Amino acid sequence: MTDFFSNSVYFGAVISLFAYFLGDSIKRKTKIALINPLLISVVITILFLTTLKIPYSSYQSVTRFLHNLLTPVTVCLAVPLYEKLQLLRKDFVAIISGIISGIISSGVCVLFVALIFHLSHTEYVTLLPKSITTAIGVGLSEKLSGIPSITAPVIVITGVSGNILAPFVFKILKIKEPVARGVALGTSAHAIGTSKAFEYGEIEGAMSSLSIVVSGIMTVIIAPVFACFI
Amino acid sequence: MKYLIQFSIILLLSFIGELLSFFIPLPIPASIYGLFLMFILLCTKVLKLSHVKEASDFLIEIMPVMFIPVTVGIMDSYTTLTSILPEILIVSILGTCVVMGVSAIITQIILKRKRSKKQ
Repeated sequence: MTDFFSNSVYFGAVISLFAYFLGDSIKRKTKIALINPLLISVVITILFLTTLKIPYSSYQSVTRFLHNLLTPVTVCLAVPLYEKLQLLRKDFVAIISGIISGIISSGVCVLFVALIFHLSHTEYVTLLPKSITTAIGVGLSEKLSGIPSITAPVIVITGVSGNILAPFVFKILKIKEPVARGVALGTSAHAIGTSKAFEYGEIEGAMSSLSIVVSGIMTVIIAPVFACFI
Repeated sequence: MKYLIQFSIILLLSFIGELLSFFIPLPIPASIYGLFLMFILLCTKVLKLSHVKEASDFLIEIMPVMFIPVTVGIMDSYTTLTSILPEILIVSILGTCVVMGVSAIITQIILKRKRSKKQ
């Protein structure tokens, strides 16, 4: 039986997609930020793979088609960026400065932790893309010779923390500008933060989704510089 | 056929991105070259929004499921993950507050300055 499951072309994808769907409906019903459909899907998939003794390499080869869509979907991010260009133009300096300062502070935080805990270069560059969307972060981690399969869950944990902690951060720092809230959420917590931004309002949501793309691109430029430090 | 053409355009741009990433010796993923290219083509109106809109909306909507295969990879890099778990938690939880705080403050200060200048 293990042979059958290991060689099945569709089993891995069926489990992953249904588990994602399950996670998504639980999230919609309970509205708990800690429940993330991606994390639920990953946990359920791993449970299935380990109980049925299917090696990751066979799962990986049959779900390659999903992974291979990462580049096209990132290319597609140009579409919302283009559609929101007017918003970006309006407060260009403020938005770009907010995003760049966020990216640099993200790099500094990772560098700091890496120096204190004596992380290796590989571990350090694996953590560098933590704040950007997985679509870009995984590619960046690969290019910097990090470990993409660790970068991916770190990005999800970052997004979930940003989503949960945003109200406290905004309250303590007295952030009331919708544009500032949106930029901060998109820059620090990518798509998972953006769902929080949309709870605040339309402007927050639009700013946040714009910031995901811009900060992703900027990080690709800035992170290699940080990568030289360790 | 509309979807097929849209999807073909997106794949073509991804392929050109791959080519650029192969020939340009910078640590920039193929997808970013493709993104830039698509953005420039849209801005210069060489490509109309209607040439890519539906297929790209669909792909962006289902984007999270594309992250599943690579994330399941923790199965194999589990030991590395657990060995740096405290670092990961600090970076993702505290680090995220710092990043969010800094970018929110900077954006807000510049916005306020711009508005007070106008008045």
